[in-house]
Amino acid sequence: MTERIIQVDALARVEGEGALYVRLNGAQIEAVEFRIFEPPRFFEAFMVGRDAREAPDITSRICGICPIAYIMGASQAVEQALGIGTSPDIEALRRMLYCGEWIQSHVLHAAMLHAPDFLGLADAIEIAKTNPDLVRKALRLKKLGNTLMEVIGGRSVHPVNTRIGGFYRAPEVERIRALIPELEWGAQAARELTLAFAGFDFPADEYDYHFVSLVHPEDYPITQGRIGSSRGLDIPVADFNAHFSEHHVARSNALQGRMKDGSAYLVGPLARYTNNYDRLSASCQATALEAGLGPVVRNPFKSILVRMIEVQYACEEAARIAGSYVAPSPAFFVAPDRAGEGHGCTEAPRGLCYHHYRIDAEGRIEMAQIVPPTSQNQPQIEADLTRVVAANLGMADDALKWRCEQTIRNYDPCISCATHFLKLTVDRV
Amino acid sequence: MAPRPKLAVWKFASCDGCQLTLLDCEDELLAIADALDIAQFLEATKVATDGPYDVSLVEGSITTAHDAQRIRDIRAQTKTLITIGACATAGGTQSLRNFADVDAYTSMVYAHPDYISTLATSTPISDHVKVDFELRGCPVSKHQLLELISATLAGRKPHVPLTSQCTECKQHGTTCVTVAHGIPCLGPVTQAGCGNLCPSVGRGCYGCFGPKETPNAAALSAQMAGLGLPPRALRDLYRSFNAAAPEFQAESKRHD
Repeated sequence: MTERIIQVDALARVEGEGALYVRLNGAQIEAVEFRIFEPPRFFEAFMVGRDAREAPDITSRICGICPIAYIMGASQAVEQALGIGTSPDIEALRRMLYCGEWIQSHVLHAAMLHAPDFLGLADAIEIAKTNPDLVRKALRLKKLGNTLMEVIGGRSVHPVNTRIGGFYRAPEVERIRALIPELEWGAQAARELTLAFAGFDFPADEYDYHFVSLVHPEDYPITQGRIGSSRGLDIPVADFNAHFSEHHVARSNALQGRMKDGSAYLVGPLARYTNNYDRLSASCQATALEAGLGPVVRNPFKSILVRMIEVQYACEEAARIAGSYVAPSPAFFVAPDRAGEGHGCTEAPRGLCYHHYRIDAEGRIEMAQIVPPTSQNQPQIEADLTRVVAANLGMADDALKWRCEQTIRNYDPCISCATHFLKLTVDRV
Repeated sequence: MAPRPKLAVWKFASCDGCQLTLLDCEDELLAIADALDIAQFLEATKVATDGPYDVSLVEGSITTAHDAQRIRDIRAQTKTLITIGACATAGGTQSLRNFADVDAYTSMVYAHPDYISTLATSTPISDHVKVDFELRGCPVSKHQLLELISATLAGRKPHVPLTSQCTECKQHGTTCVTVAHGIPCLGPVTQAGCGNLCPSVGRGCYGCFGPKETPNAAALSAQMAGLGLPPRALRDLYRSFNAAAPEFQAESKRHD
């Protein structure tokens, strides 16, 4: 039999360092590995002994693309451990800030990193040569997300205005209201980009995923909710470790998340959308329908459409919050030193992000556990690769390699997060 | 037409935030792509052109033997090598490992420490190769990054002030948080350039741009101790995103 090796030593257009290795012996798939060689940075270890109130600023450095996910998850967990609550006005402002992160992160991935795959191009700069208006629209939308983060958080990468208990300073009402016209433009632009991307030629691929996300009775989940799934899981955030576990495999510097029974599951836009379709706005549901999506999306290549619908939602939601914004007063609640344990969980752009801390009587961290979305998705990414390779054995090596890379990019993997990503090697034996 | 300068963007141990800052130049990005031949930028493009490169922007710190070799190979192919951000210029947050036992760290985070290959330290790029310019910040400032690219293209020195964060407070008319409110602040010993972010929201500077030229950290520490900051908090204030910058490292060790 002939051996075929499909290998990508350093995946492009992903956040962080990953590789892909597939080895085939005729039609037999002998190995499929999504390797993460990003060097580990040991956040959970060096947090021990630090003041728990530093956790949001330190953990934000896990990822420059989704710092809010870390700031918010850490804030929730530490606030719970130290026994303080915030106010509805603070929580509304946190949700609006998080909308900014969804917008910039989703548009970066959908328009600049993922869309080139469907057009057979190397990057967004090449798209701009033939369709400059599309790229300019995407860049303006991405900038809007960053502007939200700057106005509320002080800076788009590693915001400085957030703290345990709330915000250092509440933004002035006029500055928040001034964002509304661009947010209204943004919702429309996101809808137009969704419909433009809906014209791509999507590979026929469907899988019955176990979708895991936050679920919430009223809101499309961003900052709050219980952990729910498409197969009936419905648990409080604090029970995360009773249902999910992390495993260390030699090919990855990131721990891999699995259900306790060893099965893979999927977090991220497809899971959020399917588990919470009824909580999307009527206008977002209308965009989905026009883009050809039903209330359940099982084709991972169509995650690009779901991301853009979530951008529309985030623009609408941020505009809604801005419209009724009152500057929180007080801007923050002070947390006392006390021993405690807390859990936090939010929907990072790439999916469920769980934080868990134990704190001593001086308010210092005794134990930190952070489970980012890309760690949880690794087993499902490898399962997707196996399925995609099996369905496309007739493809030439270069085409198959690109299809495998695209399969990984469907997840918008954040390897920097996961190590707290990947090289493709395909071996055809 | 003269060929466009070849730009390469490289990543080492980091959060990707400084590379992202380049992609966050939404209004300038297409012009930058016109002015430069982007020969390597793995996070943004599949294009991967071989060296030599006119300019390399390097993000991240050195934490593995493989990366220590990789940066030497990049240096050998690069005319002007510029580090971007706190990881590349000072070792980054991950340099907190330099103060502890890495074997204990790997066993704390990973179930099978034997799968992990890592150095005991996280070190800046300049510990390994000659660096032509270091851009500070965790993350770098978009404005300073654009100025640096423009200056490098024009062959002039970038306008990046080396003064303290205090000068930014004066320029912005920000009331001193320490003098007026007794809030601990690293502004007097931290290089300017962020845009006066923390003091302008009533927060003390947390030093993400690293030490200014010849900082007098001992005098600042005495002042902060006088405000009631205990030694451990003082130590941790210096020991964060630029923990391995020599001036901050020395001062944090004085309070160990």
